[in-house]
Amino acid sequence: MAIAVVVLARSRNLFAVVVLMGIYSFLMATVLVALDAVDVAMTEASVGAGISTVLLLGALHLCKSEEAKPLRKPWLPLAVSASIVGMLVFGALGLPAFSDPTAPMHTHVVPRYLNDAMRETGVPNVVTAVLASYRGYDTLGETTVVFTAGIGVIALLRRRRNTKQETAK
Amino acid sequence: MKHDLILRVAAKLLIPFILLFALYVQFHGDFGPGGGFQAGVIIAAAVIFYALIYGVEAARKAMPDRLVETMLASGVLIYAGVGLMGLVMGGNYLDYFVLDRDPVLGQHRGIFWVEVGVAVTVSGVMLKVFYMFVSRGRDPE
Repeated sequence: MAIAVVVLARSRNLFAVVVLMGIYSFLMATVLVALDAVDVAMTEASVGAGISTVLLLGALHLCKSEEAKPLRKPWLPLAVSASIVGMLVFGALGLPAFSDPTAPMHTHVVPRYLNDAMRETGVPNVVTAVLASYRGYDTLGETTVVFTAGIGVIALLRRRRNTKQETAK
Repeated sequence: MKHDLILRVAAKLLIPFILLFALYVQFHGDFGPGGGFQAGVIIAAAVIFYALIYGVEAARKAMPDRLVETMLASGVLIYAGVGLMGLVMGGNYLDYFVLDRDPVLGQHRGIFWVEVGVAVTVSGVMLKVFYMFVSRGRDPE
């Protein structure tokens, strides 16, 4: 994954970048499977490596496939991202250890989900139970977000096409 | 890629199984990994695959723009409708316990329809975005 990221940052050929991002997504999906998050891994493999690769290639078809050389050396963005990385690492050091059963995250609602989800919803997959039942409002919001994103793309791309037709007339 | 015989035959063999897998992910999401979002993406991927091999016009014939746009909106409406059903049957909004006499069965029913709504919206949006990009690319040529 580290190799993929380094080549991603260095490469100027956008086609190679898109393909590398697909590879990165598959590697990420493997990591998620290793962490026992199969639902997320499935989403990562299908969306990250599948659909978004196709969409990015479609977008690439509309523009040049070679990235332009930057006008200035990007020192300020580099400094900003380096300091953010520093802050995130500093914050991550304060987190409880991975899979620590006494972490606050695991003592709040998780015991109820894990112990009672089967009895209350009859659904063995806890992820589905939490997603669709306990957190139903959140998922409704997410579906609305996806819907809004689609509507936004339609609004942007379709209007452009109509004005082009009008100017042609 | 329209005239590549091997790709065409392989695609024809694969696409039914991709769609079947999507349905499995959709309806088996209660018991194994998966659910509405993943199933929607897999359905969209199958149609995009079809479009890549057989051309966008063939895909548009199988999944017309009007159907895709309807899917886009109706998924959210199905989801919100499940919530309203909870209200009608005398519970809270998005309360699945009241959807059946047995609360556990009610939960099952609620989760099932909610997942259907998610899958319909997600596959509609993905397909629509793909169609929009493809038709943009073809116009200037």
